[in-house]
Amino acid sequence: MNWIWFHKLGSPKWFFQWANKWSKFAFVIGLVMLVVGIAWGLGFAPADYQQGNSFRIIYIHVPSAILAQSCYLGLGVAGLVSLVWRMKMAPVFIKAVAPLGAVMAVIALISGAIWGKPTWGAWWVWDARLTSVLILFLLYMGVIAIQNSLDDMQLADKAVAVISVVGLINLPIIKYSVEWWNTLHQPATFTITAKPAMPMEMWLPLLLSTLGMYGFIAAIAMWRMQTEVLVREHRSNWVKKEILDNGI
Amino acid sequence: MHPVRKKRLVTISAILVIIGAAVGLMLYALQQNINLFYSPSQVAEGEAPNNVMLRVGGMVVDGSVKRDPKSLAVQFQVTDFAHKVTIEYKGILPDLFREGQGIVAQGKLNQDKVLIAQEVLAKHDEKYMPPEITEALENAKKKED
Repeated sequence: MNWIWFHKLGSPKWFFQWANKWSKFAFVIGLVMLVVGIAWGLGFAPADYQQGNSFRIIYIHVPSAILAQSCYLGLGVAGLVSLVWRMKMAPVFIKAVAPLGAVMAVIALISGAIWGKPTWGAWWVWDARLTSVLILFLLYMGVIAIQNSLDDMQLADKAVAVISVVGLINLPIIKYSVEWWNTLHQPATFTITAKPAMPMEMWLPLLLSTLGMYGFIAAIAMWRMQTEVLVREHRSNWVKKEILDNGI
Repeated sequence: MHPVRKKRLVTISAILVIIGAAVGLMLYALQQNINLFYSPSQVAEGEAPNNVMLRVGGMVVDGSVKRDPKSLAVQFQVTDFAHKVTIEYKGILPDLFREGQGIVAQGKLNQDKVLIAQEVLAKHDEKYMPPEITEALENAKKKED
């Protein structure tokens, strides 16, 4: 297998130029898919036979919940790479993506509460799924807090890498919480492995909004990482040249 | 792989496995507390204590819902298709409450193993369907009958 791409991740300059090329592409495609998916879901997809229109919040709840978990998976992998290979881009990734994941987790929790009130009859229940997602949000908050409270950058990078890796344990707990325990939350609707539990005209907008959310978050993550790279590498010649050539 | 990196990878993996095992054991030990509700079978077998705040979950038995015409009091049974538990509740039921629907009720069991509920929550499954399709399915079922 060719591992050159992996070792290129050690080069901030290479990443910066790569992100210049791909971030706009991801942003445009992601935003279009996101807008089409959410508009389709909220406005045109059929209502549910039991929940009526209140089920439509799924088109916001599910993409944000999936992204909150995917971002954390990214954090965990980056943490491992940061601790084992000491690659320069790994801590940059953690610092840039942790707030995005935290926002996604907040959106998932709030939209879930708004959905829960009319359908279940409660804003919040301490069931295993809801609690484990709350823990995911608190892990993000821990990562952000430690990153910002340690003045020694290398120490901060190492500390958040450790939390990111350890927090990975929470991900299978979130995923399987609805199967291991009795929960109020229903099992997953949206899986790649099984046949979807909804008809095409409900499932397609959900797929679009989820993929769109991936593209949108990827673009914002790349921009945040680029900014962080400029800050960290401000002494190097290529950054000076980049800023002289293209401005800030 | 470089030996130093290999050593770090092994160390981190070992730490992850140990913490994972610790969390796993903890969750296993707390299983009863993490389960949101008792099933009617667990109540029938006496696993659920009397006069303690707890939750019971199951499907509302068809034809078991009795409403008091003068107040918000309602009595119904839930089942897990093995045993049944009677639930008494006074208050507003969630929109999704109906016969055949899964619900979770919070309250205390009395001497007769009747749950005096303070809160009734509706559960729903992961399947979503437009109303026209359900109608079509029901019509098809009626034709078969």
